[in-house]
Amino acid sequence: MAITDVNSSAEMPITAADGTPLKKKLAQALFRSRVRAVGLVLPLFAFVMASFVIPILALMWQGVYNDTFASYTPNLTQQLAKWDGVSTPSEEMFAALVTDLKTAREDKTIGRIATRVNQELPGTRSLFTSSARKVKKAAPPYAESMMKIDKDWGNLEVWQAMKLTSQSLTPGFYATALDSKYTVDQGFVSQVENRQIYVKLFWRTLLISGTVMLLCLLLGYPVAYLLATLPLRYSNLLMIMVLLPFWTSLLVRTTAWIAILQSQGVVNDLLVWIGITGDESRFSLIYNMTGTIVAMTHILLPFMILPLYSVMKTIPPSYMRAARSLGATPTRAFLKVYMPQTIPGVGAGGLLVFILAIGYYITPALVGGQDGQLISNMIAYHMQKSLNWSLAAALGGILLAGVLLLYWAYDRIIGIDNMKLG
Amino acid sequence: MAKLPPYTSTGEYIWHYTYRFICGLIFLFLILPILIVLPLSFNVEPYFSFTPGMLSFDPAAFSLRWYEDILRNGMAAPDEPLSWAWFSDTWNNGQWMRAIRNSFFIGICATLLSTALGTLAAIGLSRSEMPYRRMVMSILISPMIVPLVITAAGMFFFYSRIQLSQTYLGVIMAHAVLGTPFVIITVTATLVGFDKSLVRAANSLGAGPITTFRRVQMPLIIPGVVSGGLFAFITSFDEVVAVLFLASPEQRTIPRQMWSGIREQISPTILAVATLLVILSIILLTVLELLRRRSERLRGITPS
Repeated sequence: MAITDVNSSAEMPITAADGTPLKKKLAQALFRSRVRAVGLVLPLFAFVMASFVIPILALMWQGVYNDTFASYTPNLTQQLAKWDGVSTPSEEMFAALVTDLKTAREDKTIGRIATRVNQELPGTRSLFTSSARKVKKAAPPYAESMMKIDKDWGNLEVWQAMKLTSQSLTPGFYATALDSKYTVDQGFVSQVENRQIYVKLFWRTLLISGTVMLLCLLLGYPVAYLLATLPLRYSNLLMIMVLLPFWTSLLVRTTAWIAILQSQGVVNDLLVWIGITGDESRFSLIYNMTGTIVAMTHILLPFMILPLYSVMKTIPPSYMRAARSLGATPTRAFLKVYMPQTIPGVGAGGLLVFILAIGYYITPALVGGQDGQLISNMIAYHMQKSLNWSLAAALGGILLAGVLLLYWAYDRIIGIDNMKLG
Repeated sequence: MAKLPPYTSTGEYIWHYTYRFICGLIFLFLILPILIVLPLSFNVEPYFSFTPGMLSFDPAAFSLRWYEDILRNGMAAPDEPLSWAWFSDTWNNGQWMRAIRNSFFIGICATLLSTALGTLAAIGLSRSEMPYRRMVMSILISPMIVPLVITAAGMFFFYSRIQLSQTYLGVIMAHAVLGTPFVIITVTATLVGFDKSLVRAANSLGAGPITTFRRVQMPLIIPGVVSGGLFAFITSFDEVVAVLFLASPEQRTIPRQMWSGIREQISPTILAVATLLVILSIILLTVLELLRRRSERLRGITPS
């Protein structure tokens, strides 16, 4: 086919060798390559979805949905839904209670019911377990006879707690995670002073992560600058000092810090030997917040140095020389010319360190003692010890939201494509 | 080191050396904690600190007993004479030996899985035709960012429901997910510098997509794949949170064993294991460096 001019191409499109229009052919080719690209990504995407994203979504669902009570006490749940939450519990409600306690005792589910209500109103566990044992004696009128078994059944608070737990979809766990309480009659009220622990813990987590980030920046910046300005022969050697800790097991480094900082450890021995402190008044450097901060700074420092280094490497040294030759003092040249160019590296390293620090678990658990614990440790505690999984999920949900927000900011500002390792 | 130019003032001289000194201290801070476990692991006493004997280099203050303990701990008959029976005893019953076996088994399986899937995905992601590239990439990288406790707790719930918790498969899947971001990042990094015209040249010379991949693309990205794989392996090898939540005692790994060692009975056996792990990471680091040099050579970049 001859070269078509612009006018005739409107009626007669350019065609490929087999006669199909070129436009269509191109679209087909693009579609095919798009399918190929998706096909390459799909296996991993499906794998990550199935073994990572869905499990986390399932966990998050636990934070707002807990049907332990509703599924084991169907009759009572029905009655509680009709109740207004403030009037005296009716005879039908007591009757439903008796039926459900009897079944719960037979099915051995009373423990779970008691635990669930106990999470809402601490101190009620034994009320349920002991009443379930005696409930076979109960006879109409049930209200009176239950009251005889345990007078706490006349307590309105117990019934309110049961009404709250009977609602499977509940904001209660998130309220608890934010040191507040979801109540039947007043909505959200803040928790009593001495039980407010979670908000304080969130703040402490932010404080420790912020401190670690600043320390990493303070220690990482000079080192990265040195590595970027030295000739490659030397900097490659010194880089090993950064990469070796990066590649060494987290537990090894944590163990090493225990050996160094403990009261019979290297640092204290040295201080005693020099005479700064007496043998009796050794410093407690570990199993407290200091231990957590020092060990975490050491562990996260390479994550600060590497992005800083890769940014500093791209800054031409001639800029500084130009500034100097134009009369700037070394300090001024550094502050006005060099430092502004390293801001992307500072942002990348700082955000990465902060994101990683905020979710740290292992190191605080091993060297943190009492006041060096972070929010992750509390989540693990509720997962493994107190078995209040919904509360763990709610705490995790708040932490995850914060981390994802930072991650989004990281992607916006730096771009995850630019993440570099080693 | 580079000579200072002749016009350097006294103040600059002082600052120059102070700065070097500060950097030296920071490097010490980085490296000393790792080196300090080495001498401590040869302590004859069951302590985590230097004894006076060690400081005066008394040979009697040093011993290999904690290295022996790695082999002996948990054995049925640790004091038998050395024989095949002794070795099979330590292989089958030694607590640390089992942890070492588990760590390598889980690590290698997870690495194979995450490297295979991660490399394919990175190749797909580096193509400009990939739709929703940015979003998919951020989802695939997220296992590295999401706090491990949340990941592990989620997996614990979900895997228990489908009978995967307390199995090797469950731990391997968890570790593979945690390792893939590293594979994607390193392989994508090698693909960024990849010259697309090489693929077109291969195509125009009659090579099909598979031949092109095998003969042209693969040799060039293999260093990235291997270093991604090493990252994935070390991630799995070092991972303890998922193991804490998902594994039964049967699947205990080295970090898990160290974790309970630190929490329950602090004994220098942990330091001996730590020393071995430091040696392992030195080996891995060397391999990585050699790979980097090879990759530079292949691309025609000469080190300055």
